[in-house]
Amino acid sequence: GRRGAGRKPVWIRLWRRGKSGRRGGLRKRLETEARASAPSAMAERPEDLNLPNAVITRIIKEALPDGVNISKEARSAISRAASVFVLYATSCANNFAMKGKRKTLNASDVLSAMEEMEFQRFVTPLKEALEAYRREQKGKKEASEQKKKDKDKKTDAEEQDKSRDEDNEEDEERLEEEEQNEEEEVD
Amino acid sequence: MADAVAGRDKCGEPRLVSLPLSRIRVIMKSSPEVSSINQEALVLTAKATELFVQHLAACSYRRGSGRERKALTYADLSKTAEEAETFQFLADILPKKILASKYLKMLKEKRVEDEEENDSGDGNDGHEAES
Repeated sequence: GRRGAGRKPVWIRLWRRGKSGRRGGLRKRLETEARASAPSAMAERPEDLNLPNAVITRIIKEALPDGVNISKEARSAISRAASVFVLYATSCANNFAMKGKRKTLNASDVLSAMEEMEFQRFVTPLKEALEAYRREQKGKKEASEQKKKDKDKKTDAEEQDKSRDEDNEEDEERLEEEEQNEEEEVD
Repeated sequence: MADAVAGRDKCGEPRLVSLPLSRIRVIMKSSPEVSSINQEALVLTAKATELFVQHLAACSYRRGSGRERKALTYADLSKTAEEAETFQFLADILPKKILASKYLKMLKEKRVEDEEENDSGDGNDGHEAES
């Protein structure tokens, strides 16, 4: 075509016809799923399926040498890729849960999914993270139980003492929130 | 928020996971076959996603065009999705880009090719059959 002075070249994306089969059909399935879930879910704007830019950028920078820039387009593409990864991993993990006749996805399902997706390199760091998380949870639980014991001792020993233990309340609220999260219900 | 970006919690300890769990859960739940997600599974998925982002960025940078080694570009990512086996599942969402004028030219050429083959009478497309 003719390019007049000052006319910018137009770039378009060349969409490949996906290979059929599990991987090729993923994008179609993602689109179908997004449409299907739209009426029922609470907040189904496209932004909600995205991950926060600031956090994504930081994670990318950690993986690259100092001073390397990331174009806005690249960052946005990686963010999209991350969302697709979550969906792919969830779908894979869900298959393992169903195989085990369970309705709740658990940690081992996610680990199995990583192997299935050929991301074995993630398995060891994930197992370490899981151990650390379990220790953290145990620590929180013990701290909260200890505080409760101390609180009970206090009220036994003293008379009506209206002490407000704000930290304690915060911990309990957080614990409750997490417990609620574990008991996910079918929408 | 600043803490979330810096990757540290209130006490200055490095966080286990930086991505927001609530957002990860929203994405996971958008998959209709999934009913419940255990908290550990949620944390591991978030962590895995972080590892994935780093892996994708690092691989794309290494594999990059070589022209601009001070930047990671969309083209680097697209190339990686196309060429690397583990990232094939991203190929559809990270397509290559070409100039619109080139694409229109390609379309025209293909049309001419198809017409010529039909004239020859054997009716075969000559291109890969789509399964």
